[in-house]
This record gives sequence, structure tokens and C-alpha cells, in this order.
Amino acid sequence: MHGKALPYLLLMPATLFLCVFFLYPFALVAFEAFTRDGGFTLDNFRTMTGNWKFPVAFWNTILLAAIVVPIQLVMALLMATVVSRLETGRGAALYIFAIPLGISDLAAGLIWLAIFDQSGFLNTLLSNLGLVDRPVMFLGYQSKLTIFIAVVLAEIWRATAIMMVILVAGMGLIPREYHEAAEVFGASPWKRFVKITLPLLRPSLQTAIILRVILAFEVFAVVAALGGTNLPVLMGETYNWQFSLQDRNVAAAFALLILAISVGLTLFFLRVLRVPKEARI
Amino acid sequence: MSVVAEIPIAAPAARKAGNWLLVATVILLSVWVLLPIYLLIVNALSSPEEVTAFPKRFLPSFDFGSLSFFINFAGVGRALWNSVLVATLTMILSIGFGAPAGYALSRFDFPGKGTFRFLVLMTRAFPLPLLALPLAVMFIRTGLDDTAIGLALVHTTLALPFAVLITFSLFSGIPVELEEAAWTLGCTRLQAFRKVILPLALPGIAASAVFAFTISWNEVFAAAVLTIENRTLTAFLLQSLGESPLYLKFAGGAALVIPALIFIFAVRKYLFAMWGIANR
Repeated sequence: MHGKALPYLLLMPATLFLCVFFLYPFALVAFEAFTRDGGFTLDNFRTMTGNWKFPVAFWNTILLAAIVVPIQLVMALLMATVVSRLETGRGAALYIFAIPLGISDLAAGLIWLAIFDQSGFLNTLLSNLGLVDRPVMFLGYQSKLTIFIAVVLAEIWRATAIMMVILVAGMGLIPREYHEAAEVFGASPWKRFVKITLPLLRPSLQTAIILRVILAFEVFAVVAALGGTNLPVLMGETYNWQFSLQDRNVAAAFALLILAISVGLTLFFLRVLRVPKEARI
Repeated sequence: MSVVAEIPIAAPAARKAGNWLLVATVILLSVWVLLPIYLLIVNALSSPEEVTAFPKRFLPSFDFGSLSFFINFAGVGRALWNSVLVATLTMILSIGFGAPAGYALSRFDFPGKGTFRFLVLMTRAFPLPLLALPLAVMFIRTGLDDTAIGLALVHTTLALPFAVLITFSLFSGIPVELEEAAWTLGCTRLQAFRKVILPLALPGIAASAVFAFTISWNEVFAAAVLTIENRTLTAFLLQSLGESPLYLKFAGGAALVIPALIFIFAVRKYLFAMWGIANR
């Protein structure tokens, strides 16, 4: 019977859904960002950039991404390499490394709050070792640097797993013969990693970096749990404008800025880490 | 020749040292992942006084004061229920929409297939929770504001791309010959799907359903934007961060983490298949 129509029929619900709840709101957010009281205007962007918190939030977010993502990339590569070498206990190690994947960013923030809080475990450890006389206020409003460090640690802890899983899956696709051939010719493990694993892992590295960078610009709940409003970030400001300041249009301008950065960086990494068709496994 | 002669001598010693290094690295990384979770659990299993006291003990006292305070705190029970409800709806919606699409992608070649895949992959270049902002207005107009189904629809945009890609790889892994054999034996397309393909694909579909549940359970931003009265647990915890005492935060954190640990354990076999296909 309608063999030709069947695939379209099966795709229809998902397609309609994505049009209504993905493409349409995307158009809507752009529209809201450029209008106020029915007319076209750039005022929302002016209000956004004119606010004293904007540059702080902007640079905090960029700096956070610039520090966290490279460290995570190295850690994820280390985890993936270690796991692929493991002969026993591979499944257990993978499960443990993957655990943070299932943990909410808010929960991750609370987990690190238990460590960095004034009556937390880090202070307990420091005072047990005799390094401090009384508990240090790590997350107070005048200790921005320690808040920043705590957020960096929490982000690294939380979101390395997602890169690790993608890289492990990618390493599984590299034919074993390449490594064996290199070993026969006397290549050291490091050389094999640099000359075989890394180049062939490029598609996975691309996916992992893009996903992770987008997530880095969405950083919100971790910061809220650890720093409150002491460390403004773009997503937190978006939330503020929507709720505390009740200005949807400026919130939309923030959203559009985050979207623009995400899409821009996605295109950038697609280009820089491009894999030529003939070089794919 | 000398190279060949050297390798067997040097290898065992080097390999042994390498093995120790390997094991040490694995243990170190495992501690890095597990220790913070352990510390949160210690806090959740201590009495409120112990949580705010200093210095702290590194062992839990198994006092359920914090947890019972959390459970009895106004709004928590309802928030928990809302979280479960939204996550269940997300699970049903994303599998209901995603699995047919995954099946179509794996079994048919048709014009427009590339476009659909592009649409699905494109969702990953966008910070999706942000789309909750414009939807908030749309929901007020349609009466979906502050409802579980409204939030579940937004969470489904997060989970649907995964559901499509996971079910696509699942169905691709089941030989089409099995289906064809069923047709020649007189099954209709639907019967063949129900009796042959579905039983084989069910564990994987269940895993991607759990994955969808977890995505919704953990989501903070859209939940906080779209719910006011019917807050989920994440929205509740986020909005009470400013005023709630430490022991409430930690007990709440543990309530978020424990189910997540179980979910990830349940789908651990499929985790890598899921993300492996995300590469393509």
C-alpha cells in the first residue's frame, strides 16, 4: 500500500514537534529581542550592554569556558585512554567515570557547596592539618577568586564525563590494526597516541568540544548554588532579567547573545576540526 | 636485529611499571569522581546540627534529621511529585515521537531524510533551555503555563534528538531480513514490527526512555522559568537557595543525586552506544 508515504508518516510527529517547540520559539526569541512595545528597536541590546553587570557576566562566562573546556578535554582524553588500556574492571571504571553525566548541574553545585562552605569539608581538612586557625569564608561576597575556583572545579567534575563518553565511543571505532602496525615499527605509546589516536579521533573530538562549549555557555545552576549573585554569568543574568527585573525583551536579548555565541563557536569548531570525507574511517 | 632482541627483555618490566601507573590513575580518577558525592551523602545522613557544626566528621552519623526535615518541608513533597510527573511525560513524549522517526530513518531511503537528520542534529548547536523564555508567553496564551505538560514539552525538545538517534541505531542493529521473513510468513508490516522487531528493541528503547527521564529530572533553567506553583524539585531547590538552611540544601541535593545514580546504573550498557552514534 502506501509504502512511499509511510516514512513521512513516521517522521511527521517528531518534525511537527521540533517545528513548534524548536524552530518557532527560536524565531520568537529573535523577534522579542528586537522589538519593544510593538516596534523594531535595538534598545534591548543597549539596555543589556549598558547594565554594569553585563561586562562582568560576559567575561566571567568566557573565562570560565576558556579555563574549563581545555582542562576537561585533557582529562577526558586521559580517562578514555586509561579505560581503553584496562584489562579487568573496565566496566566498573567506565561506570564510575560516567556517573557525573547523570547528575544535575544544580546537584553538582550543591555537592561542591558541601566542600567549600564555611563549615564544609575543605575547612575541616585544613583545620585538622593545622593550616588554618578558624574556618575561612571561601564563598563570601569579597572572595570572588575562590568562588571562581570552586565553580571551575565543580564544572570540571560535572561535565568531563560527557566528553569522556564520546571519546571512548570514538576510540572504539579506530581499527586496532593501526596501533599494531605502529607498534611493530617501534612507535612509543606516546607517539602512537599523537600520530594515530588523536588524528583518527578528530570527528569525536569535534562533537565533544562543540557539545561541551555549548554547555559551558549555559552554565547557571552551579554558579547559583556556589556563588549566588556574587559571580554573574550570562545565563544567570538572563534569568534575572526574566524574573527579578521582569523585562522579557532584555532577557530575550541575552538569550539571543548566548545563542549567537553558541552557533558561532559551533561553526568555528566545525571548520577548524573539519574531517575531509575521504579521511573518514 | 638488535631491536627485535631488545623488546622481549625490556617489555615486561616497562609493562609492569606501566600497569601500576595505569591502576593508580584509575583509582585517582575514581576518587575524584566519587569523593564529592560521598561528602554530600555524609551531610544528608547527618543531623541538622552536625551539618552546620564545625569541624565536621568525615563519616555519616546516620541521623535522618536532615532528610525528614527536607521531606516535611512545605512544598517538597509536591515538588518531588511534579518532578516525577514531568519526567514521566517527557519520557512518553520523546519515545512516542522519537521511536517512529528512528525506525523510519533506519528502514527507508526517501527524499528529505537528510533534511530531517540535519534538523535533529541542529538542536545540539543551541542552548535549548533558553527556548523556555519565548515559550513562557506562548504557554500563557494557550493555558499551558505552570503545568506539568507544558514543561514536559520543553524537556522533550531536549530529549527527543537523543531518542531519535538512539532508536535509529537500535533499529539499524536489527537485521531487516528478520522483518522480511515475518512478511513472507504472512505478517503485515505492523504485526511484523510488533512480534519480531519490538521484542528485540525493547531493552534499548527502555534505556533511552530512562535517559529521557533523567534529562528531565535534572533540568534546572527551563523548569525554574516555566513553573511557579507547580515547581519541580530542581526549580524548588534553585529558588530557595537564598533562604534555605544548609541541611535542607544538602538533603535536597542528595534527593536529586540518588535517583540519578540509579538511572545511570540502569542504562550503563547503552551509554556508549548512545553517545557513539552522537558522533555521526
